[in-house]
Amino acid sequence: MIGADACPVLTVPLRDERDIAAARSAVSRELDKRGARALRKVRFVTAVSEIVRNAVDHGGGGEMSVFVKERPLEIWVRCTDTGPGIADIDEALQDGFSTARSMGKGLGGAKRLVDSFEITSRVGGGTTVEISAAL
Amino acid sequence: MTDAASIYHVENVLLVAIRDNITDTDIITLQEELSHRIVSDGARGVVIDISALEIVDTFVGRILAQLSSIARLLAAETYIVGMRPAVAMTLVELGMDLSGSRTALSLSHALRSLRASRLA
Amino acid sequence: MSITSLEEVLKILREDFDDILQQWLETQREEGIRRPDLFSDSESYRQAKNLLTAFASGMTSASQEGRPNLDDPSWADLRAVLEEITHERVERGVSAGEMATFVLALKTPLFMRLRNNLKDSPDALVSEISRLSRMIDAFAMRTNEVFIEEREQIIQRQRDEMMELSTPVVQLWERILTIPLIGTLDSVRAQEVMENLLNSIVEHRAEVVIVDITGVRVVDTQVAQHLLRTAAAVRLMGAESIISGISPKIAQTMVELGVDVGEITTRPTIRAALALAMNRVGFEIRANKESARD
Repeated sequence: MIGADACPVLTVPLRDERDIAAARSAVSRELDKRGARALRKVRFVTAVSEIVRNAVDHGGGGEMSVFVKERPLEIWVRCTDTGPGIADIDEALQDGFSTARSMGKGLGGAKRLVDSFEITSRVGGGTTVEISAAL
Repeated sequence: MTDAASIYHVENVLLVAIRDNITDTDIITLQEELSHRIVSDGARGVVIDISALEIVDTFVGRILAQLSSIARLLAAETYIVGMRPAVAMTLVELGMDLSGSRTALSLSHALRSLRASRLA
Repeated sequence: MSITSLEEVLKILREDFDDILQQWLETQREEGIRRPDLFSDSESYRQAKNLLTAFASGMTSASQEGRPNLDDPSWADLRAVLEEITHERVERGVSAGEMATFVLALKTPLFMRLRNNLKDSPDALVSEISRLSRMIDAFAMRTNEVFIEEREQIIQRQRDEMMELSTPVVQLWERILTIPLIGTLDSVRAQEVMENLLNSIVEHRAEVVIVDITGVRVVDTQVAQHLLRTAAAVRLMGAESIISGISPKIAQTMVELGVDVGEITTRPTIRAALALAMNRVGFEIRANKESARD
């Protein structure tokens, strides 16, 4: 988990689908800056794409923050939305859970692409997803 | 014409190169436009170059898979070409193997296959 | 005099730099970490001098408020020197404990000098010693972190080298590659194999790759999954894969495990796979008439 006092290196507002692309390139640039290898970068940015799309499409938008931990070098992304929340998280993480646009592999797929994946959601209280990967 | 890609018509084949970091709307627009062009241009083949794409997530993957199916219904064969190694590995991990689409190393490989099957 | 400053230490470093340096080296010798077997006198002297210089200049410009923070820009010099020296020392086999003691030994000469200079003002003495102590501790801790990172990098590098040795991609013919898998295929290695193979496809513009599993000891469900994924990724790139070296026993196991290879082409031997691959890229293997045996 990212500590409450941690300071994000950058934050991207998530309002519409243009921001999904913006979030992807922001994380991609951050990884480039830190010399991430191609495969690690592609896996992580793909996971970011899935979770921010989930926030925009189902969470009514929100915010993505990027954190960097030194020693060992890790990148963390926290994505929060203010949407209706997910009633059954286990179900949402299963492949084939049908959502409007992502063929139901989105969140579960994202989980497989990262080192840590944490999701908290409350019905009516929005959803927060935190993912991380070592660099 | 969409922002996402330019479509060129060469000898019964529609050539499309998708630019990087495409938005969802742009790729949906591309899907619609391409479907219309297959019919209006009488295309028998579609080659989609994704070498510029740094990432392909489940959404873009699904659109690519759908494009192949739509094209097939309209009697055109689709080739997805130029996928980067890291993208291929990530897609497999996501469980999206695009088994309904044809793939080729490059544009010229795809054209050769299309000619071999007398579609180009 | 201000309680929070390190004025006296700064003064000592300014005025008695050479003495402090000599005594630091002397303390290192007494602590038994001089390691004349690994470093010449002049190397040791140079390392200690560079560190002490960076330390003194960092102390002059850094804020003395709050906890010592070595990430502060004023310590940039010190960080650079520290990394360089740690790098040199790790390469030659210095241990983590020795590396920390090397830095901590700096306390002895500085404390001695402070005690002499401030014997008439115990408050200032206590304050300077506690602040300096925290400084040098932070400095030693950072040394340790750098040390561990260096070691991890070395381990990673050796691992990478071993990986490359164990998964060589070989070009058999124009546009035909093979990767002979040997030993066990765990998840990490499977991923390296796949990455290596896919990059080679781009590099050689290969159209067919033969994944030879003759040397793979056990094919269980997990290994089979890795093979199927590799084949799927190869196909996504636009190339074709042939899995060769499937012994009758492995074929039986795979069927018992319920592994469905789907549309992936398989061949029992690499020889049969090569003949097929040549055919796919438009060549055929034929015996010439003179030397043909019946």
